[in-house]
Amino acid sequence: MWTIIEQIFPYAIVFTIPLLITALGGLFSERSGIVNIGLEGLMISGAFASALTVNFLQDKMQGSTILWIGLLVAVVVGILFSLLHAFASINLSADQVISGTAINMIAMALTVFLARNITGSGNIRITSGFTPFDVPVLSQIPIIGDLLFTKTYATTWFILVVLLLSAFILNKTKFGLRLKSCGEFPQAAQAAGINVVRIRYIGVMISGALAGLGGAIIILTYAGEFTGSVSGLGFLALASLIFGQWRPLGILGATLFFGFASTIANVSQVIPELAVIPPIILKIFPYVVTLIALVIFSKSSQAPKAAGEPFDPGKR
Amino acid sequence: MRNTIVSLISIILGLIAGGLLMLFIGASPIEGYTYLFQGALKNISRIGDTLATATPLVFTGLAVAFAFRTGLFNIGAAGQMLIGGLCATAVALTFDLSRPILILVMILAGIVGGGLWAFIPGYFKARFNVHEVVSTIMMNWIAYWTVYYVVPGYFKGEFLETESRKLAEESTLRTPWLTEMFQGSYINLGLFFAVIAVIIIAFIINKTTLGFELKAVGFNRHAAEYAGMKVNRNIILSMLISGALAGLGGVALYTGNASSMQIGILPSQGYDGIAVALLGANSPIGVFFAALLFGILYSGTGFMNAMIEIPPELANTIIAIIIYFAATSVMIHRLLNKFRKTRSNANDVNGPVGKKGEA
Repeated sequence: MWTIIEQIFPYAIVFTIPLLITALGGLFSERSGIVNIGLEGLMISGAFASALTVNFLQDKMQGSTILWIGLLVAVVVGILFSLLHAFASINLSADQVISGTAINMIAMALTVFLARNITGSGNIRITSGFTPFDVPVLSQIPIIGDLLFTKTYATTWFILVVLLLSAFILNKTKFGLRLKSCGEFPQAAQAAGINVVRIRYIGVMISGALAGLGGAIIILTYAGEFTGSVSGLGFLALASLIFGQWRPLGILGATLFFGFASTIANVSQVIPELAVIPPIILKIFPYVVTLIALVIFSKSSQAPKAAGEPFDPGKR
Repeated sequence: MRNTIVSLISIILGLIAGGLLMLFIGASPIEGYTYLFQGALKNISRIGDTLATATPLVFTGLAVAFAFRTGLFNIGAAGQMLIGGLCATAVALTFDLSRPILILVMILAGIVGGGLWAFIPGYFKARFNVHEVVSTIMMNWIAYWTVYYVVPGYFKGEFLETESRKLAEESTLRTPWLTEMFQGSYINLGLFFAVIAVIIIAFIINKTTLGFELKAVGFNRHAAEYAGMKVNRNIILSMLISGALAGLGGVALYTGNASSMQIGILPSQGYDGIAVALLGANSPIGVFFAALLFGILYSGTGFMNAMIEIPPELANTIIAIIIYFAATSVMIHRLLNKFRKTRSNANDVNGPVGKKGEA
């Protein structure tokens, strides 16, 4: 049993990280009052941008620098793409769910359209991604070392830093508190002299940046190829956001849960102890649990009160 | 009238954006669109294929539009299609009935399957106030994995693991006379069911107490409740009907346009249904025409791709951009208002803006 856990752990964490960072992005957007159902599309745009960048640079440059450049480009593309959503839902008071859906559709279609035009097949392959490494010293610690510090990616540590930073920004800084006030009671925030439109723009742009990063990490760690989708991970990130009750640490817990559940479902066939469970049960397990969690949390939901509503300064 | 103009402008802007994309990859937009429309409408057989492509979209568009009227966002039409299609396929492969009865049972199975899949989010929404967007997305993935394991487990195809057994010709929605009339197209009875569904839904929304109540709940849930309407019951009922429509879309897709189910695919028609509903301004007739337009785009791009090297995803891109413009219709409304104002200032006539021709 222990060896199974030991084997699963690194994979589960690798799978968790893109979800985590995307859900964190969603957190910033929703906390500022803009529902962002376009996370899936933003992830796809980031995945596409990073795959294209790395694919383009891999003949010309060596080393892991190109991978970090790929991540950076994904962040920029994610931000640019999210501006479409920000413009529609902030300036034009569009229905945020519909606008987000449009973002998803545009990203899904446009990236494959461009990829097909570039490579012919619609897939973009990269020859090398991040390589897993054992953290020196720490990986020698019994138990924890095997679970947490072996076969880790540089991106994993990077994202964990972003997580801590996000928690700090949201809870301890002036900007974070202002952002949250815009998601709870924007009229009051404005009366207090906060520029609601600006804060919301920043919230959506952060969500674009982080979701783009999430999509890029999928490509540069375990996928290795852009195929035009991120298999619904953006929607799963959205579910994690709710599951985690719009709090950074809650999101960490929720995404870890999804990461483990998916990894167990994926490897169940090769592990005799798990092979006795019908795979369908394992596959639908995370989604069913999410539904149940939604029901349980429905009474005490911590959702930002103004999320999804267009900002109307004159409303009382 | 106003909605029609906004929709038409969105379509034109979407097509222009598609043209720019073609220019961007170095193709000629005029040539591209010529091939696209030729591919969709060149001869009677292609017209039949276009209509068949539009059929599931009519159903999913109706499904999303119907839920929209009650203020619900049914993003789970894809999952409801899958389950509806799975139920109908299961019936067709299991029971040995005479054709009219079999078709009837298949349709009922599709309605029940899709309806059940939407009932759960509807119930959660009404009883626990769980947001339907997230719950229907979860239901989509549950449907995806259900089909993924049920099809190979019970209805495995002869050659491929990833496909169900092919339905016999007489247990699909295709009929010889339609196929002959459209010279070998895969058009099928689904189209007639779609037209019937449009009429029934239009009747329910516009002429019945149920439709009135559903719309009232959509406009203002609390006011509807104050007026003595059973809000929770209406929410569940609306999702149920919406899911049933999407389930029928699945029947049309998997037992009409196709004759087997593939695993590992969430049908894109579910998502496109949102686009269809939005472009059709949530009215059944509007949905019908929007679905036809999307049918043209989808069935035309294959031919276009074969003739000149433009990726067929152009259709999805154009549709997505149309939806973005439809979602930001405030912008178009503002422009129209400005246009109207300057015109009425100029010659003091505020006649309606001239109707734009269909693109």
